Amino acid sequence: MAAEDHAELVEHAEHAEHALTPASYIGHHLTFLQHPVKPEGGFWTLHMDTLGTSIVLGVLVFGFLAWVARGATSGVPGKRQAFVELCLEFVNEQVRGIFDKSFEFVAPLALTVFVWVLFMNAMDFLPVDIMAKGLAAAGLPEFRLVPTADVNATFALALTVWFLMIGFAIKAKGLGGFVHELYAAPFGLPKLTFNPLTWIGVVLMVCANFLFQMIEYISKPLSHSLRLFGNMYAGEIIFLLLWLWAATGLAGTIMGSILGVGWAIFHILIVALQAFIFMMLTIVYLAMAHEHH
Amino acid sequence: MNINLTLFAQAFVFLAFILFTWRFVWPPLMKAVTDRQNRIADGLAAAEKGARSLADASVQTEETLKQARAQAQEILAGANKQATQLVDQAKVQAKSEGDRIVAAAHDEVVREVAKAKETLRKQVGELAVLGAAKILKREVNAQAHADVLSDLAARV
Repeated sequence: MAAEDHAELVEHAEHAEHALTPASYIGHHLTFLQHPVKPEGGFWTLHMDTLGTSIVLGVLVFGFLAWVARGATSGVPGKRQAFVELCLEFVNEQVRGIFDKSFEFVAPLALTVFVWVLFMNAMDFLPVDIMAKGLAAAGLPEFRLVPTADVNATFALALTVWFLMIGFAIKAKGLGGFVHELYAAPFGLPKLTFNPLTWIGVVLMVCANFLFQMIEYISKPLSHSLRLFGNMYAGEIIFLLLWLWAATGLAGTIMGSILGVGWAIFHILIVALQAFIFMMLTIVYLAMAHEHH
Repeated sequence: MNINLTLFAQAFVFLAFILFTWRFVWPPLMKAVTDRQNRIADGLAAAEKGARSLADASVQTEETLKQARAQAQEILAGANKQATQLVDQAKVQAKSEGDRIVAAAHDEVVREVAKAKETLRKQVGELAVLGAAKILKREVNAQAHADVLSDLAARV
């Protein structure tokens, strides 16, 4: 996984006008393939690597699932169908455990999130330098392979779930019920009487409830997306730091390879766990949207 | 940490994949799974039903067999009884027949004896007449002495 790094570093050194430093090596691997939609750039920029990798992965994996689903038989399933059904049942069990009703949409959503995030995370296992070399040869000198290490991707997922959550909340409680919960939950309101003290109490409780609800609504997508982003970004950085061992010579390359293998094995756990956590949080948020306070 | 248009593009892609999974992946697979579950449940129920009906059938067979055995026993007993009856009847018949034959034979014998006696008596009478004629050396008129002769024959 890292044996190629030395050669890659030499390659870098040959091509770079400036000297290859650890900072420039890491910086190169953390640069997005940017495509400005408008000439001024800034916000109007697309990360083509994030989008490209995630779309290719999504098409492959969901195409595979749809292909299996199309040929699904209710008789004796083949190995392929049995495996897909296993994944399906796994996700369905999680949804069923949290949601006791109306999971017709939530379960497919959870499956989509789990499978897609899992595969996007798994891009971390690709050896970055071999890939970088190949992509550079293909005319893409800067390309980040892990879409979930791009905060845009994780925020996109989390915000989509967030909007779905609000949509589900309004659907479950009605617009009036949703707005009522914004200022009446989680602390409740005092009973309004002719005593002016209760009026002050109501105003205070409305403010406190609303503040709490806002904190909850803001913290949900933030923690949801940043947890995934942080884990994957850190995993990527640690791989890059390990590959830096290759700059110290043959012994360092071997050392870096051994450490890289260790980190990769541990990273398998992180990749799967983060995908699972992301799915579980999605289900929990959508389940909470259905709850009446 | 630069948020840009990628976020919206990615969200759009995400929504597209959600809708795709929701529409094309989940329902057929879920249908296959639930159909199989139903089929397995049906199969298990049918197997249980089959086992129960098998038990019922064996009970019924046992019952029928027992009945048949009892019936056979009954028939056998009846036949035995009838046979004994027949034998007894035949015995009685044979005895009465034998008795009748014996009685007839007896009568015959009696009759024969009487007849023989009669014949003997006649012959004795004739012999007596013959003897007497010889003794008298003269022909006895049989007709003239018939009453004497018959009287004699009756006395022998």
